[in-house]
Amino acid sequence: MELAEEKLDEHHLDEKEVLDVVVRFAGDSGDGMQLTGTNFTQATALYGNDLSTFPDFPAEIRAPVGATFGVSAFQIYFGAEDVTTAGDATDVLVAMNPAALVTNLENLIDGGLIIVDSGAFTAKNLTKAKYESNPLEDGSLDGFRVFSIDIHKQVLAAVEPFGLSHKDALRCKNMWTLGLVMWLFDRDRSATIENLKTKFANKPAIADSNIAALNAGHAYGETAELPAGIHVYKVPKAKVAPGTYRNITGTQALAWGLIAGSELADLDLLFASYPITPASNLLHELASHKEFRVNTFQAEDEIAAVCAAVGASFAGSLGITSSAGPGIALKSEGMALAAAAELPLVVINTQRGGPSTGLPTKTEQSDFNMAMYGRHGDTPIPVVAASTSIDCFDVAIEAVRLAAKYMTPVILLSDGYLANAAEPWKIPQADSLPSFNIRHYDDPTNFKPSIRNEETLARVWAKPGTPGMEHRIGGIERSYDTGEISYDPTNHQKMTELRKAKVDGIAKDIPLQEVCYGNDSGKLAVVGWGSTFGAIHQAVKRAVAEGLDVSHIQVRYLSPMPSNLGELLSNFDAIIVPEMNTGQFIKLIRSEFLIDADGINKIAGQPFKIGEILAAIHKKYIELEEGL
Amino acid sequence: MNQALPTLTLKDFASDQEVRWCPGCGDYAILKTIQKLMPDLDTPKENQVFVSGIGCSSRFPYYMNTFGFHTIHGRAPAIATGVKLSNPELDVWVITGDGDGFSIGGNHMMHVLRRNVDLQILLFNNEIYGLTKGQYSPTSQVGTHSPSSPNGSIDSPLSPCLVALGSGGTFIARSIDTEAKHLTEVVKRGHDHRGAAFVEILQNCPIYNDGIFEQVKDKKVAPDFRVEVVHGEPLKFGKENEKGIALNRDSLRLEIVSVKGNEGRLLIHDETNKIQAQLIAAMAGPDFPVAIGVLYRENKTSFIHDAQVQVEKARSTKRSLEGLLNSGHTWEVD
Repeated sequence: MELAEEKLDEHHLDEKEVLDVVVRFAGDSGDGMQLTGTNFTQATALYGNDLSTFPDFPAEIRAPVGATFGVSAFQIYFGAEDVTTAGDATDVLVAMNPAALVTNLENLIDGGLIIVDSGAFTAKNLTKAKYESNPLEDGSLDGFRVFSIDIHKQVLAAVEPFGLSHKDALRCKNMWTLGLVMWLFDRDRSATIENLKTKFANKPAIADSNIAALNAGHAYGETAELPAGIHVYKVPKAKVAPGTYRNITGTQALAWGLIAGSELADLDLLFASYPITPASNLLHELASHKEFRVNTFQAEDEIAAVCAAVGASFAGSLGITSSAGPGIALKSEGMALAAAAELPLVVINTQRGGPSTGLPTKTEQSDFNMAMYGRHGDTPIPVVAASTSIDCFDVAIEAVRLAAKYMTPVILLSDGYLANAAEPWKIPQADSLPSFNIRHYDDPTNFKPSIRNEETLARVWAKPGTPGMEHRIGGIERSYDTGEISYDPTNHQKMTELRKAKVDGIAKDIPLQEVCYGNDSGKLAVVGWGSTFGAIHQAVKRAVAEGLDVSHIQVRYLSPMPSNLGELLSNFDAIIVPEMNTGQFIKLIRSEFLIDADGINKIAGQPFKIGEILAAIHKKYIELEEGL
Repeated sequence: MNQALPTLTLKDFASDQEVRWCPGCGDYAILKTIQKLMPDLDTPKENQVFVSGIGCSSRFPYYMNTFGFHTIHGRAPAIATGVKLSNPELDVWVITGDGDGFSIGGNHMMHVLRRNVDLQILLFNNEIYGLTKGQYSPTSQVGTHSPSSPNGSIDSPLSPCLVALGSGGTFIARSIDTEAKHLTEVVKRGHDHRGAAFVEILQNCPIYNDGIFEQVKDKKVAPDFRVEVVHGEPLKFGKENEKGIALNRDSLRLEIVSVKGNEGRLLIHDETNKIQAQLIAAMAGPDFPVAIGVLYRENKTSFIHDAQVQVEKARSTKRSLEGLLNSGHTWEVD
């Protein structure tokens, strides 16, 4: 199906109370927009709104000042009802310079609010943003509410008492702006103030200046004469289940899930990785948590990383490696070794735009085929996918469980969007998580490395250092009976079938596929996997509210798939599969279950919008109604 | 309390697998030497782990009755690093060849050496690809005729010991496949070394590169073509030990001198002198004898030790999953 978009009903900023709002902070990559966004997110969570964030930054670390390709943005969608995407269109755009305005204006709703730093609209910056005239003066923004303030001037005045250099003083611009936006949405500044005190504990003048700027921005909102149509907006609190909450990004949830997995499995972890965007943060997070049964190893390359992980698994720890697409491609031989030697291994792919270097900081789901098929030999490997930032926690635990229980590599698919996006998480009780103690084999009586668990078909895990367990394994085909090298033709057939049966058998050990929204049968099912969850959920919810017979199914277990999935899908007249690739999962669905399905494919480096899924639902629905 | 280890013999370290190297292969002699020296090492058998890559030499672990992992081409150093990081108690050996260790796996070799990971790395150098049927390798001499270089190879070879030195290796030695006594001594010293112990073993391939090291191995001519270096001893060679190596202090080059009349000028081997080690490691025919023995060693803290220190420090603080999940900013919803 063609990718089309419907504009969603927007809550107008004319009202004092709005159900949900999308705010986008945009500025130079050195302007501190990500820090501004995370602090606003925290204040919003503490206020009690549901939320979802989308940090959207360039690959350049510090692009030339004022350049359009250097614009870094942080989008947050917050509201009174369940929020699962970062929002289709922007209600409030904070633009720190002309480049930030020109690159983000397209997505602003009609009548949306623009907060700009007029002090940054110099002739030089306008030229860099390719503006022929100043948009603040030429009437081109007449369809929006423009709140134009010389933030440069305001900040310099606010931090003047602290004696900073001109350059350092101007670096407080982001906090001044944050103060103003906090006023706009009635957020509490105290958490941000605490953060600033901690962050600049050794530089009190910088801390004080930033706090002063934050307060000054807030005070400006309270006292300044405001343009017509700009006022404080009230966004009612979301109704959520009682409990203790925190904000968490997908990367953090994934790292903590791995840590939890090691505790639940009673196993040491070795996380071996090589830096690559957007996967590196996982290495950073785990490297700072060695108080748990985690060790980390920054290897010399992607291949060494997977190999060190396989070595660790041979020695009795659980080896884990992580990368993005190009790095996973390099790991393929090591993964197949783990499959051949039947050793546990978790491989995490934080997918990004491809091929090759592609779009390193943007999101995509285009490594599905590589995860499913990208190996030499007949090498089945289980594949699981996380669907939200929070879900990364549970999926990580599940990957650890499956790898250790079935003595197999497991691929976990995340993506750049999930890795960086934050959402509020109701913190689970650690002691309520189900443990799955993994035991190493240590019985020397008639020991062979080929002894198997009859139910799981998993080979025994006998680790070096255990007397009587001495054995040799490797990549050469092994005898089913003895585990020794075997080139026997019938044995190879048997072992190949065994490896397949072992992975296929995991289907008996995973939950049946459930419908996450809507009925178990009906006219139309929207079937997704991975980070498309949020947009599909909202679109299906809206369609159901319109009275349409639509359901949402999100598949976590991609290989093997839940045993009831085929039957479940056959209960629907039509199926739509949205994917951030050219249609990879859909081919599996069609070939595996011999059912038809329509794909919606977005390969723009950006997550789906709700309106894009909704448009596809409407189009398909009309086709069904008209019996086309 | 130290418990006495049971007395083991060579047989305890030989697996029940039929050895499948070609008749006359130098690997047999190396295998025998390693099996024989194992009982002398102060390590329980169950803690011995042999990791290899791909190639003739990499079949070695199958013939050792210890833990063994025959892995993928060139990656044994990386896999062994994972094994040792996972369990520092293990005694981890890497068995590799000139193609495995310095061509496809050159990057890992460089990094395992600079990190100083506690491993014994035995490089079987036969200057040829054996298992793939005789192509020239990164250590083959220029002009090697092989199936992939029918008109003679044109690549310049690398010197494994020089690369190991350049990579920051802390124990670098050279020995010969069939010289059990010398090899045993060198390997045992490597085993005692904390960090990465790199031993290049000149190994004859009777099928594809037969006799390539004959000059340094043949007892009749070898005294003129090799010099056995011993820490603190002058570098002498020749049938009557009549020739010596001296450093020309003007040209900073080594030269061959007659011992007689030059006693005071002879180079005294100092294993801890890296500059000297580079000169000695580079010695090669036809102008110079090949040096065998421990060329260089350096006391340096090992990677595994430092990694352990960090882990132990981190684990001295109390860990709690509950605490982790609730760390940082949280809020209550009633």
